[in-house]
Amino acid sequence: MAQSIASGSSSNGLGYSSKREIATEELVVEKSGGKAGGKGEDELEIRIEFGGGLHLLFSQQPRHTVHLPRHTPSPAASSDPSPEPTASEAADNHPATMRDLIRHMKRTILSEREEMFGEGDGVRPGILVLINDADWELEGELEYELKDRDEVVFISTLHGG
Amino acid sequence: MAPTPCQLCHTARALVKRPKTGQQVCKTCFFEVFETEVHNTIVEGNGIFRRGERVAIGASGGKDSTVLAHVLTMLNHRYDYGLDLFLLSIDEGITGYRDDSLETVKQNQVEYGLPLKILSYNDLYGWTMDRIVEQVGRRNNCTFCGVFRRQALDRGAAQLAVDHIVTGHNADDIAETVLMNIMRGDVARLGRCTAVTTQSEDTIKRSKPFKYAYEKEIVMYAYFKKLTYFSTECIYSPDAYRGHARVFLKDLEAIRPSAIIDIIHSGESFVLDQNTQKGMKAMQTCLRCGYMSSNDLCKACALLQGLESGMDRSALHQKQGGDTAAPSGHRTIPKYERHAHVPVSAEAGGGAEGIDTPLKALAIS
Ligand SMILES: [Zn+2]
Ligand SMILES: [Zn+2]
Repeated sequence: MAQSIASGSSSNGLGYSSKREIATEELVVEKSGGKAGGKGEDELEIRIEFGGGLHLLFSQQPRHTVHLPRHTPSPAASSDPSPEPTASEAADNHPATMRDLIRHMKRTILSEREEMFGEGDGVRPGILVLINDADWELEGELEYELKDRDEVVFISTLHGG
Repeated sequence: MAPTPCQLCHTARALVKRPKTGQQVCKTCFFEVFETEVHNTIVEGNGIFRRGERVAIGASGGKDSTVLAHVLTMLNHRYDYGLDLFLLSIDEGITGYRDDSLETVKQNQVEYGLPLKILSYNDLYGWTMDRIVEQVGRRNNCTFCGVFRRQALDRGAAQLAVDHIVTGHNADDIAETVLMNIMRGDVARLGRCTAVTTQSEDTIKRSKPFKYAYEKEIVMYAYFKKLTYFSTECIYSPDAYRGHARVFLKDLEAIRPSAIIDIIHSGESFVLDQNTQKGMKAMQTCLRCGYMSSNDLCKACALLQGLESGMDRSALHQKQGGDTAAPSGHRTIPKYERHAHVPVSAEAGGGAEGIDTPLKALAIS
């Protein structure tokens, strides 16, 4: 799984290019659920890449892979324990969306200064998001339903001219 | 969600939503419209370039100047502007920040085949930003850096004998500067900061071909073209005031993307009345180094004298007496000389800087 990063070319259009960084760059696989790097049947594997200096907030690593549950309990269902055992448990779970991914990232891989990354449920204005190379504004932004092996890129435009 | 087709070619999948227009475009059409819009900014009116002009691209290694170097090289070729392009970089002497970004500029030099000139604060002023910060602390260092950089760019341009400096300032940057000038009450700069090109008699012409390019599109362009750029915050940067203006602007843009262009239009619509114009000092040359100045000493010489005297405050507040010789033992800035390149075609007498240019709209009183 931990496929090696195509190195050599430092051109990535993401705003980091020093050789030092490329040399030490490794896929950071978040250790969750006990098994380091392992992915359960009920999990999605999502590749994340940071640009524009955002990796500084994520343990200085521009690339991460996270594992996210395919379904997340809907906020309404979890905060409102209805007395009757729900007829369709699946209905109370929603497929994981970008909103869930961002929440997951803040909990697991964000290493510092959360306010530089997140705002409310989403990301700070000035941070661009691409899902599989498409502007997330075309993909439903926070409502986008993640698929296994989706690639999500976050690029800060907030500094650096 | 079903993939959205491109609204321009109607065939490929749309990958970008343009902030200025809301248009959803594919990668190929995005490159096309982005490059064409920059070309339009360049040729609008009388055009910012003259054939045969020697043009320096102020290159920091950051996204804007990297994309500018790429796009300008391409447009110069595509539309046959007939420009001689150079990369001009300033090494402020900030360990771990400028070192890395200069590496990126050197890479760009190779990629675009443009001659590169690097001028360092250390060579020019005898001080690196690291040492300046050591002496003045982190409060005022941006003042030093701004004054020193501006003059260093002009001096580098003079050494390259270029006629024209272009910088990567984009629409978001310009809107931010309009806001800053309003908040500072610097009305005189309002109109000027929105001009694509500024030039006064003694200064080297400066232009911003990305005036109408949104930051988002520049970053998307760099990403899709996989351009090499460097991005990190200046370690001494916290210009907190500007930072707030920037965040404020991004918040506005998130709600209504046209806010950026609207603010630029507001800046353009301000006009100086005659009295304000008369109150502005005429330009002369610095009696010590020969650089353009509105006082006997230019800002850089005044700041340098402060540093050399070991003052911890901005020397700008110093009284400028008739004493124009540097105190003995002090470092000074080399004499500024322009070896202006004579363009093939006669330069149109564009001597007007924003101040002289009669602007539209109403005068503010
Ligand atoms: Zn298209
Ligand atoms: Zn001077």
